[in-house]
Amino acid sequence: MSAGEGRIPSLRTGGAISLPARRRRNRLMITAMVGAVLLAVVPLVLILAEVIIKGVGQLSLGFLTQPVPFSQIAAGGGYGAGIRGTIKMVVLGTVVSVPIGVLAAVYLNEYDPRGPLATVVRFFADVMTGIPSIFVGIFVFTVVVLGTHSFSSWAAGLALGILMLPVVVRTSEEALRFVPNTLREASLALGVRRWRTIVSVVLPTALPTITTGALLAVARAAGETAPLLLTAFGNQLLVPWGSWNGPEESLTLQIFTDSRSPFPAQQARAWTGALVLIVGVLILSLVARAIIARRSTLRSAR
Amino acid sequence: MTALPAGRLVATGQRRRPADALFKYIATACASIVLILLAGMLIRTTWAAWPAFQHEGIGLVTSNKWNPNTNSFGGLSFIFGTLVTSVIALLIAVPTSLLIALFVSEVAPPGIATPLGWVVDLLAAVPSVIYGLWGVFVLVPFLTSDVWTPLSKSGFPLFSPLVSGRNFATAGIILALMIIPIISAICREVFRTVPADERESALALGSTRWEMIRLSVLPRSRPGIVAAVMLGFGRAVGETIAVAYLIGGVPNSITWDLFKQGSTIAANIALQFNEAESVPLFKAALIGIGVVLFVITLLINMAARLIIHRRGQAA
Repeated sequence: MSAGEGRIPSLRTGGAISLPARRRRNRLMITAMVGAVLLAVVPLVLILAEVIIKGVGQLSLGFLTQPVPFSQIAAGGGYGAGIRGTIKMVVLGTVVSVPIGVLAAVYLNEYDPRGPLATVVRFFADVMTGIPSIFVGIFVFTVVVLGTHSFSSWAAGLALGILMLPVVVRTSEEALRFVPNTLREASLALGVRRWRTIVSVVLPTALPTITTGALLAVARAAGETAPLLLTAFGNQLLVPWGSWNGPEESLTLQIFTDSRSPFPAQQARAWTGALVLIVGVLILSLVARAIIARRSTLRSAR
Repeated sequence: MTALPAGRLVATGQRRRPADALFKYIATACASIVLILLAGMLIRTTWAAWPAFQHEGIGLVTSNKWNPNTNSFGGLSFIFGTLVTSVIALLIAVPTSLLIALFVSEVAPPGIATPLGWVVDLLAAVPSVIYGLWGVFVLVPFLTSDVWTPLSKSGFPLFSPLVSGRNFATAGIILALMIIPIISAICREVFRTVPADERESALALGSTRWEMIRLSVLPRSRPGIVAAVMLGFGRAVGETIAVAYLIGGVPNSITWDLFKQGSTIAANIALQFNEAESVPLFKAALIGIGVVLFVITLLINMAARLIIHRRGQAA
């Protein structure tokens, strides 16, 4: 009962139309497709070009490590505070979401893949990927910020972890599904217990794909702004690596704040910050792709 | 059909091992966390927003009077702004994404299709704060001088004299750019599931490539396309930062004039949260419209996923 059944092709294309007219129509639609591709690609090129041209001027090692100067109109300084904050929050988000996400995927694929719990969890993990990130920020605000009476780096890390979780669950499950059943059977046949089989045979085999999924989740989390407004809040000072209980800046928050400033020095820093962010996100995405690509060449070589 | 599901292993006659049981419990607990989190989110935020629900009642979503100074929190204009900008985005993004996905999966030779697929994925990887930054400094000046000003002088009903380059129309355009990669990526996946022999039979009957697409690719893909559009819609509805930059951030703006400034639910939360932090009722009202946003996106995403899951089972 496919949707295509019951339709008579010659009626739909109009058997009476001449061949040149049909060819013209074909050419017209393909031209429209190329136009659509340009409509998507041109803005991307413009965005990348603009970020590079406006951002590369102030780029230096100091930009990556120093805080912003105290005077709003002073040039120099950098996004050291935000870059450090983003790294801290993303690392915390990863530490929270990856173990839980991978174990959830283990349940979904290894224990009861067709069971009611797995079906419901799979469905809602998919739904959760579409939840607006600002709402996750609101949720963590109500739980952590209202609870501790303070914005904090760890609240922000937690928010990023919640955003990463469904992505990690679904990509890890996908990874586990591609582990051949013969490996599991071989391990069990040798008398290895089920949990050891999962930990020492199944998970290591799936590791490259799980890593790819985690990296893509990290790239997405690093670019988040909205949930951090409500959790990390922002703080122009350099917060020590070990300090988690107070407000902290993130790279994206600094870009957001400075780009709305009337002062040229702050706007210039926003563009350089954007360059750093985009390069970071692209590197993560490329590494993720490279892991997958290497894996598939290995597979085809076998 | 009696084959065991992949990954399921039956260990009959084996003694129960505490370590095995423990590991299974941990995995089950981790899987349940997804459900607990979603339920917890809804309950905790609704509770935090309760003072606003009590104060405004249904007016939180039906009244168009948002003035924190007089304790009026009617958020209708934000819901309106959210829907208008998302619909503008869909009107631009849906045809564009479909054509892109068709080009990549049905027309372009592999040497072009593969890198093109990467480029479109790259668009999805650009953080929204960068779309906002670029929108403010490049897109707004360009649209204002070269597109909006001529349009506003044309006398067309949807476009009044221009007040600012930051308006519903501009926000809709940036949203379109942001959801094109999402919709086209899903459509590409959907087109890939159409069996090759359906295409070949259409071509063998003498179809042109476009006729082949209309006869065999599009009819089979309709549910998938609907789901892709809904997921793009959900994404546009929840997008915050880029819209906060580009819509002007003006409450109480309900008008079909697309050149007026307005606001959306998400953008308003981001823009007003700082001032609301110390005013309990204001804060509760922002959380309250956040709950409304959550419920809207939850429904959209559940509907889209239901379509996809049902399709997955049928295949």
